[in-house]
Amino acid sequence: MMMSFGTPAYDISHLLGGGVLLLSFVLLYQRRLGAVINAFAVQGALLACAAAWQGFVQGAPGLYVTAVIAFGAKAVAIPLALRLLIGRLGLHKAVEPAFGIGASLLAAIGLVGLSVMVVLPITAGGVTPLARVDLTIALSVVLLGMLAMIARRNAISQVIGLLTLENGLILGAVGVTGMPLVVELSTAALVLMVAVVAAVVVFQIRDRLDTLDTSILDRQRGDA
Amino acid sequence: MLTALLLALAGLLVLCPVALLPRTPLGARLGVAVAMTVHGGALLAALAFAGVGLAVLVLGGLPPVALPLAGPMGPLTLAVDGLSAWFLLLLGLAGACSALFALAYEGTAPPRQVAAYPLFLAGMALTLVAADGLTLLLGFEAMSLASWVLVAGQHDQAENRRAARLYLIFAVLAAACLVPAIGVLAGPAGDLSFAAIRETPPQGWRAAMVLALVVAGVAAKAGLVPLHMWLPLAHPVAPSHVSALMSGVMTKMALYVAARLLLDLGGPAQPLWFGVPLVVLGAASAVFGALRANMEEEGKTLLACSTIENVGLVAIGLGLASCFRAGDLSALAALAAGAALLHALNHAVFKTLLFLGMGEVAHGAATRQLDRLGGLIHGMPWTAACVLVGVGAAASLPPLSGFAGEWLLLQALLAAWRLGDMAFQVLIVAVAGLAALAAALAAAAMVRMFGMIFLGRPRTPRSAGAVDGPILARAALLLPAALTVLLGLLPGPMLALGAEAQRVLVQETMEGRARAHVVFVGDGAAAYWPVGVALLLAACGIAVWAAVKRRAPVFGREAPDEPARGPAWDGGFAAPPPHLVCGDPLTQPSAAGLAQPLRRILGQGVLAAHEAVDMPSPGETRAARLEAGFRDPSEAWLLAPLARVRDAAVARAEKLRHLTIRRALMLPFATLVALLLLVAWLEGGM
Repeated sequence: MMMSFGTPAYDISHLLGGGVLLLSFVLLYQRRLGAVINAFAVQGALLACAAAWQGFVQGAPGLYVTAVIAFGAKAVAIPLALRLLIGRLGLHKAVEPAFGIGASLLAAIGLVGLSVMVVLPITAGGVTPLARVDLTIALSVVLLGMLAMIARRNAISQVIGLLTLENGLILGAVGVTGMPLVVELSTAALVLMVAVVAAVVVFQIRDRLDTLDTSILDRQRGDA
Repeated sequence: MLTALLLALAGLLVLCPVALLPRTPLGARLGVAVAMTVHGGALLAALAFAGVGLAVLVLGGLPPVALPLAGPMGPLTLAVDGLSAWFLLLLGLAGACSALFALAYEGTAPPRQVAAYPLFLAGMALTLVAADGLTLLLGFEAMSLASWVLVAGQHDQAENRRAARLYLIFAVLAAACLVPAIGVLAGPAGDLSFAAIRETPPQGWRAAMVLALVVAGVAAKAGLVPLHMWLPLAHPVAPSHVSALMSGVMTKMALYVAARLLLDLGGPAQPLWFGVPLVVLGAASAVFGALRANMEEEGKTLLACSTIENVGLVAIGLGLASCFRAGDLSALAALAAGAALLHALNHAVFKTLLFLGMGEVAHGAATRQLDRLGGLIHGMPWTAACVLVGVGAAASLPPLSGFAGEWLLLQALLAAWRLGDMAFQVLIVAVAGLAALAAALAAAAMVRMFGMIFLGRPRTPRSAGAVDGPILARAALLLPAALTVLLGLLPGPMLALGAEAQRVLVQETMEGRARAHVVFVGDGAAAYWPVGVALLLAACGIAVWAAVKRRAPVFGREAPDEPARGPAWDGGFAAPPPHLVCGDPLTQPSAAGLAQPLRRILGQGVLAAHEAVDMPSPGETRAARLEAGFRDPSEAWLLAPLARVRDAAVARAEKLRHLTIRRALMLPFATLVALLLLVAWLEGGM
């Protein structure tokens, strides 16, 4: 199947990748924790679809495994766990943004422009158009994930920012033909570890400080 | 021939771990044997380097050969052309003398120093035979690091640690300048091999950048003003055979890098200003080093300052060669390049001789302070004779080796009025004056050093009992002394031998002007006839001797052949009383006293020299004191501001520890975005 403009393979990949990127934007302007988690779950589901579609297009059955893992972890398990966490901890449902919503969205648009400017000239020639667009979107998602980590004060939002960053990495990995399965599996394992560590840290913070506002932490540092 | 070279290099590298063999079970004797093996191996390797250098100069260069080791930018390649061979010869000669001296004295040196010595030699050789930028840097950094280990060897004293730290800082500075310089030379293509760089020489802002970086890096390693601070500190700290190599050879390695990167790889199409920084810095170093050598009161520090002077003279020659080449005066360019190369070789040999002689003095009299020595010519006649040869060469007296190079350099400077516009000519006139001043000051410093150490009366009982060293140490002094005389008598053949080196630098040679017995500057200009000068001096000497012998009074002779000895006019310098063997110290001039005229004339402006008389008030019983001294301006103007910048940077970096988590995350994010922007800009620009 040809992967160039106008073919269904290209269009659908583009659509799914664009959906993932769009959800990164959605994550940025949510004011409530529940909505943030929902958006993250949808992003995980779209990522799983993108991986599955790539597996079909590239004829790589290993990518189906990636898709299943991504769906299970990103769309179901982690959002459920986070919701449970919020329920058990009785958290405020509001997100406290450090920047204004408008400023974060403007910065996000700038970052997407930057990744287009970086990736498209570098990959000119030798790479399929699909991979070029895919890498652009993946880099944008990674940058937006970092932005989300910076733009929020709440520990759970920061964890979600980190997880979207991982989503971007997986999106980049599945888009490139011939990426071995081992990379994807290790990426998935990495995400799991990150989630575990983040959860542990969140519980510790909660136990010690009775809040998840990370700005409180600055007063508790031993070396200050 | 390349096989011999590679074998010597590999042998040196093998000797490093050998020196570190655990030696506790068999005791100190094995340690001595290991040290002897290592230094003997270093001697053989140095002789191999000299042999390869000589053979390549006579027979022609060796084409590049790729080593079976690959860096990230391609394989490491070695080649020996005329320029490399000339400096290999220099390295081999000085290295052999140094290794001989080490064989005599360094049997009980600690293993870390024994191990670093062959690495030091190997690093220098690798720098010389490198045919690509990466190999050159590898060798250069190995040399820097190994010499730092040697300088830091005796780290139990605080000032030694300070000297080693300062030395390391300057070495890192040199690396920080040379690594990007080679990157810029390679350009966007990224091919680091010299052949590729030669095909696309830098131009415009790239050339300016290469020039600035290379000059800064080389100045830090060679000790050009204002980056010379480490020389007077590090040389006294290192063992004598190491400071001989550092001063005689390592500074030349930096000059080799300058010649290679600027004159050879920079290409022949560079404009006039390309050579000016080297000329200006060289002139400043020459005068500054020579002046400071007149003030120093410690033997090796004095010699280190004299090295600054000579390195400056060679740098003038290299810069001038570049200027002449830019002005299409190829004959004069060859003259300047020949002068620089010849003086580099001669200085390497006679400075090695002087440092080894100073080491011998330190072994004999247990001190290098001029104020505690004196009269050593009686106890150490061999050392005194050898050092006298070296001192004569350093004072650039014909027919010794120091004269030919400086004379050629001055001739090149005097011919430089044909070049450039008025501003450049004024600059060259000033440089010529400064170079002549430096030569005169160096002569004064050498006279002072020899007089204080070897003439007069011992200033301490310890120096009265000094004796010459063992036979090996004598050989280590006699070899460079003989070479100094030989090179002094043969500047013409040496210039002809170095024709290939001159061709690499300026695409022209001194051929036809450098003959066996005479060196011509140019058509109808001056000529130097070293053998004639030597014969003339010998004839004068014999005539004086004969006249004295013939006209000496007959009475009072103990035998018919003996000259009569009468009471000498001694200017109040009476024989010491029997209860005070060394006499009253106040009857002999001190090091500071001898330095006083020059300190007053020139030192006040350049060296911030000061004098203050501390006069007791009437009724006080203490003696009046004269406090005199000087301060190196680069300490106040360069090191102190740099230390302040460092403190400010540290304080600022310390603040980063107090950032909030979000701000801490923001730092890498901002860095990432900035790097991506840079990539996007570079992509757009190319």
